[in-house]
Amino acid sequence: MDYSQIVSKKASGLKPSGIRKYFDIAAKLDNVISLGIGEPDFSTPWTVRREAIKALERGKTIYTANPGLISLRRSISAYTAEKTGVTYDPDGEIIVTVGGSEAIDLTVRTIVEPGDEVIIPEPSFVCYKPIVELTGGIPVIIETKEENSFKLTAQQLKEKITDRTKLLILPYPNNPTGAVMTKRDLEPIAEALKGTDIMVLTDEIYSELTYGQKHFSIISLPGMKERTVYVNGFSKAFAMTGWRLGYMCGPKEVLTHALKIHQFGIMSSPTVSQYAAIEALSSCSEDVANMVSEYDMRRRYLVDAFNRLGLRCFMPEGAFYVFPCIKSTGLSSDAFCEKLLYSKRVAVIPGTAFGDCGEGYVRVSYAYSLKHLKTAVERIAEFLEELKNA
Amino acid sequence: MTDRLMKLLKTNARLSNAEIAVMLGATEKEVADKIAELESAGVIKGYTTVFDEDVVSKDYVRAVIELKVTPKAQVGYDAIARHIAQYTEVENIYLVSGGYDLSITLRCHSLKEVSDYVAQRLATIDGVVSTTTHFFLQKYKESGIMLISEEADERVMQ
Repeated sequence: MDYSQIVSKKASGLKPSGIRKYFDIAAKLDNVISLGIGEPDFSTPWTVRREAIKALERGKTIYTANPGLISLRRSISAYTAEKTGVTYDPDGEIIVTVGGSEAIDLTVRTIVEPGDEVIIPEPSFVCYKPIVELTGGIPVIIETKEENSFKLTAQQLKEKITDRTKLLILPYPNNPTGAVMTKRDLEPIAEALKGTDIMVLTDEIYSELTYGQKHFSIISLPGMKERTVYVNGFSKAFAMTGWRLGYMCGPKEVLTHALKIHQFGIMSSPTVSQYAAIEALSSCSEDVANMVSEYDMRRRYLVDAFNRLGLRCFMPEGAFYVFPCIKSTGLSSDAFCEKLLYSKRVAVIPGTAFGDCGEGYVRVSYAYSLKHLKTAVERIAEFLEELKNA
Repeated sequence: MTDRLMKLLKTNARLSNAEIAVMLGATEKEVADKIAELESAGVIKGYTTVFDEDVVSKDYVRAVIELKVTPKAQVGYDAIARHIAQYTEVENIYLVSGGYDLSITLRCHSLKEVSDYVAQRLATIDGVVSTTTHFFLQKYKESGIMLISEEADERVMQ
């Protein structure tokens, strides 16, 4: 069989994630110390796990309603209202999805037609561009800059808006840079969108993991609820990555159609996870605060360590990554990561995995114990010393 | 700052003030002052090291002794506890609720040493009614630190 004729051009044309390559190399080497992981090193809070066990014991193993358990949607509504001041109707304005990823996919597939332009600030999470391309949409990239603290500026946005612009993806707090958008940063963005028919997909999966000021959502700004699909989930805030549970909130007129895609493609999100998630939203604020406090200490440690080593490092205010600049080594991001991995067995991810403008940077995750981070920093110090003497 | 400082010291008392200052977003002086304050207030009682002694030597035995006592008039349990605390073999003493009164952790060089200690030193104390000795077989976690090897990190880069 000639599979090259069988596999769709859209699928075969997708580039594999730039992260995967490093995982494959690292898997073949011994004694690798990884800083490449994008998920918490904490276990899910015990009370949440206990709720899942209870659900299993009670035999709660059937499908739920397509948009998710009504009790969970009510909890999401209340939780979101408390965090953002915006209330979504559990009946029609909320869908419980298989992770934030499905919510992103649903939003793009519901909104974007072939030829529509979707504005994506980069560096950012690896899935936006491929998902847009699968729908036939045209990704329009905005390169955010270190001198702007990797924020999206209204000026940059205005330059990219055309009459074909359909959607703006707003990925803050940002993976990989750790950048955040404050109320003051978001106001001019909202202003620039006023009077247009451009929708916003705000991916706020890291909203609980901020270290300076509390996270502010664009939906809290006047006039933004009606033009925004708000995506969040349980993975990062509650260390629940493997439970595969996220959610989207937005206008009924959009979610009604997204729900059909969810129904035909997924049916309903994992039932046991949904029961457990109610517990996460209602009683885990202390667990989250403890995790945030731990991440914060590691963040400060790493930023200081990289700056000392001569790799200038922007102070991130969210997520669990630092994004040091490696231009001083004279190496490309890819070469830096490969050399570091082969010679010192430390895995970090090149900034280019998150967009071309990530060149000159690497993503370092601090979802690791302090002890682990210290060992990695020692090895990176040796690596830089050897580079200098080479 | 106090909570986070104590948490850091509890898991690694060897962190320098400079390292702690970076992690807490404070100055080195602020950290030094806070530690001095906690020491003088008696909150910080000392700094210790958690060894996995099995790696160094198998030549020791640890046991926990349950002690039933008749509290002495006026001084209660404290006088007996103070007396027992003097011995270097004693690592911990707690007054506990339930079926017995004092819980004592001992560290000795041999089984014989433990039994001699219990029979000659503890059982003979005025007010001690009975003793029950439990030997430690395996250590899993001590002072918040895991002594067994942690599970492999199965997370995947993606």
